[in-house]
Amino acid sequence: MSNSNEIVAGLLNIVLGLIFLMVVASLLTWVERRLLGFWQDRYGPNRAGPFGVLQVVADGIKLLFKQDWIPPFADPGVFVLAPAISMVTVMLALAIVPATPAIGIIGNLNVGLLFFLAMSGLGVYSVVLAGWSSNNKFSLLGGMRAAAQMVSYEVFMGLSLVGVVMLAGSFNLTDIVHAQRHLWYAVPQFLGLVVFFLGGIAETHRLPFDLPEGESELGAGFHTEYSGMKFGMFFIGEYIGIMLVSAMTTVLFLGGWYGPILPPLLWFGVKTGFLVAFFILLRAALPRPRYDQFMAFGWKLLLPLTLLNILVTGALMLAGPAPL
Amino acid sequence: MLSSLRTLWYTFLHLFRPAVTVAYPEEMPYLAPRYRGRIVLTRDPDGEERCVSCYLCAVACPVDCISLQKTEKEGRWYPEFFTINFSRCIFCGFCEEACPTYAIQLTPDFEMSEYDRQNLVYEKEDLLISGTGKYPDYNFYRVSGLAIPGKDKGEAEHEETPIDTRSLLP
Repeated sequence: MSNSNEIVAGLLNIVLGLIFLMVVASLLTWVERRLLGFWQDRYGPNRAGPFGVLQVVADGIKLLFKQDWIPPFADPGVFVLAPAISMVTVMLALAIVPATPAIGIIGNLNVGLLFFLAMSGLGVYSVVLAGWSSNNKFSLLGGMRAAAQMVSYEVFMGLSLVGVVMLAGSFNLTDIVHAQRHLWYAVPQFLGLVVFFLGGIAETHRLPFDLPEGESELGAGFHTEYSGMKFGMFFIGEYIGIMLVSAMTTVLFLGGWYGPILPPLLWFGVKTGFLVAFFILLRAALPRPRYDQFMAFGWKLLLPLTLLNILVTGALMLAGPAPL
Repeated sequence: MLSSLRTLWYTFLHLFRPAVTVAYPEEMPYLAPRYRGRIVLTRDPDGEERCVSCYLCAVACPVDCISLQKTEKEGRWYPEFFTINFSRCIFCGFCEEACPTYAIQLTPDFEMSEYDRQNLVYEKEDLLISGTGKYPDYNFYRVSGLAIPGKDKGEAEHEETPIDTRSLLP
């Protein structure tokens, strides 16, 4: 009896979480355009509805009613599969993020961090397959860049988390947040935070690291041939990806739901929202680096830094009593 | 790296600057008196049409949007029809520069959107205004030497009476 109740509660949790994610991700498109507007001394979309919120609805209707077109030269099966992978992987990865100990889908997963890395690893497939199946030079170049960029930045992203895992002694995200009760890992693992965030931007291929898209040189890169809701799925996937990286940074480095006075859920929301806004600020402020500079920055600067971070963290933990 | 952080900070500070956007339909932008917008045909101070159908505007027009036909009435030249196709007009103002009688003038008005392209073709009655536009005192027939009913040769402003060359013989 109680078993079936648990199943129903679990399903309800998942459905509510899914709806919440979709709504927030689509609202994020509006938030981004408004914030970009403010940072460029203009208003952004402010006509439809109060403060322009209904712009989201208008965009959704437009995307839904566009012709769902598959180019005759494309590989139809893979072409349809690619945007689905993009959305599914980020959503699955978000399932392991604990907003508070009680709120979250499987926040207590004992290999949570590994699951997150696995899912972001699978996310590469969406971009590569989209670029490949479009059968078009720009898309292929975008997909190729995406493969190189995401595979290499995944290395630093994974390694930057080793320090956190060493300090917390667990892959369980809830345990990691509990371990930050007194001091956020942003302080002892500052290098890890910086590298993880940079890697996160590269993983979500957001500006300034949007080399797979690179609209000024590749048209739209891997999604040149996509239109309608298939493009919308890439779009939503990208915004959920932003939320994922922001939420993960909050959980791993900024103490998750811990904070004075305000309720835990609000603290989690404020920290995540701040990071999302920072993502958008990065887009507003910084130009895209050249492709080889970008790869050199990763392999020649971030990789040694992360290794040094692991080395120093390990040495300190061995030398004295566990620092935290 | 440091310059990137400085850029981030400067961009963030723009959050507290007023937007440069002019929210157009609610807030009208300032249009200079010489703004080149909708084209009008003006009248002279006596209320007569200034246009003398010289075709210079149609010749000057780079997109050929002006079309007119000359007709004559009591010694004066008038346009029988005068059509401007505003769906072609690029508001360059060459017609105004070419006009010898200040008849064709551009005004600071640009709100002339239509759902039907044909409605952008303005006929003479749409173009003619009742006033004199930018030159309130100018009247072509009063300063030109052309003889019209009520004003003979030599009666124009600053015009001397014509000399009868035969009476000058010694």
